[in-house]
Amino acid sequence: MANDPIHQFQIQDLTGSFNLGGYDISFTNSALFMGATVATIVGFLLFASRKAELVPGRVQSVGEMWYGMIDSMVKNVLGEDGKAFFPLVFSLFSFVLVANMLGMFPYFFTITSHVIVTVSLALFVVGLVVAVGIWKHGLGWFKLFVPSGVPIAILPFISLIEIISFLSRPISLGLRLFGNMLAGHIVLKVFAGFVVSLSAYGIGGILGAIAPMAMAVALTALEFLVAFLQAFVFAILTCVYLNDALHTHH
Amino acid sequence: MDAEAAKLIGAGIACIGMGGAGIGVGHIFGNYLAGALRNPAAAGAQFTNALIGAALAEGLGIFSLVVALLLLFVA
Repeated sequence: MANDPIHQFQIQDLTGSFNLGGYDISFTNSALFMGATVATIVGFLLFASRKAELVPGRVQSVGEMWYGMIDSMVKNVLGEDGKAFFPLVFSLFSFVLVANMLGMFPYFFTITSHVIVTVSLALFVVGLVVAVGIWKHGLGWFKLFVPSGVPIAILPFISLIEIISFLSRPISLGLRLFGNMLAGHIVLKVFAGFVVSLSAYGIGGILGAIAPMAMAVALTALEFLVAFLQAFVFAILTCVYLNDALHTHH
Repeated sequence: MDAEAAKLIGAGIACIGMGGAGIGVGHIFGNYLAGALRNPAAAGAQFTNALIGAALAEGLGIFSLVVALLLLFVA
């Protein structure tokens, strides 16, 4: 099915199936592109910093901008004592950004369009928030769910809402990235499919196919923006959630 | 009514929620732009906050998209 917009998300075994204790651990195209993502990040950053100069060249400036953007984000949101979390936020941002960008190439697999990948990352982040919060503040961290200055009559209700909103964080953090990438790629393929089906109707169809073709080009540009923006949003929300664990202001 | 037809209608209705997310994101960036034109000096520092607000509003719209996709492909 050349026109099936869902076909691009299929996970395929590349080497045949391996089983370990009842779990399928075969090497899939998803695993291949996760490896490619990590190799691209490490390769690019090593290449950018191979001969560090005082006046940076083109590639070195891109590497410095990449590093400096996350550095200032962590400093602004978490403050000075949040520096310990810089490597985590930088790795998450780089992984999501490069995975999204690699997914924009035709015939490449988008690993962030699978809910298992994005929700695993989000669950790890929120689990870390709970662990760091209890490690830093002890059981007093749970005061996060009991805001001060609230009348005692509605306090149980407010606490319940706070707990529900905290528990929905991993779901919303993961589904936001997943939904954006999935929906964007489906829309791209649907418009590309219009071009193919219209041009089957002779010369009039080919002229009519100019409109969906222009739309597909414009949407590709929009998808590059979304790919960057979602990586940025994932990183900054990680910082905002970690801020709850480090500085409990309630 | 056929169960398959009800599923398709439900997926369509679920997508109405995405319109609400569109209103919310437009409201946030519209107000950000209005504020930025009044006081351009303070605009740069608040752009991150605008992005956080837009991401939170958009996340709720994504929930309704996921409900629609679940109805179409899983349920």
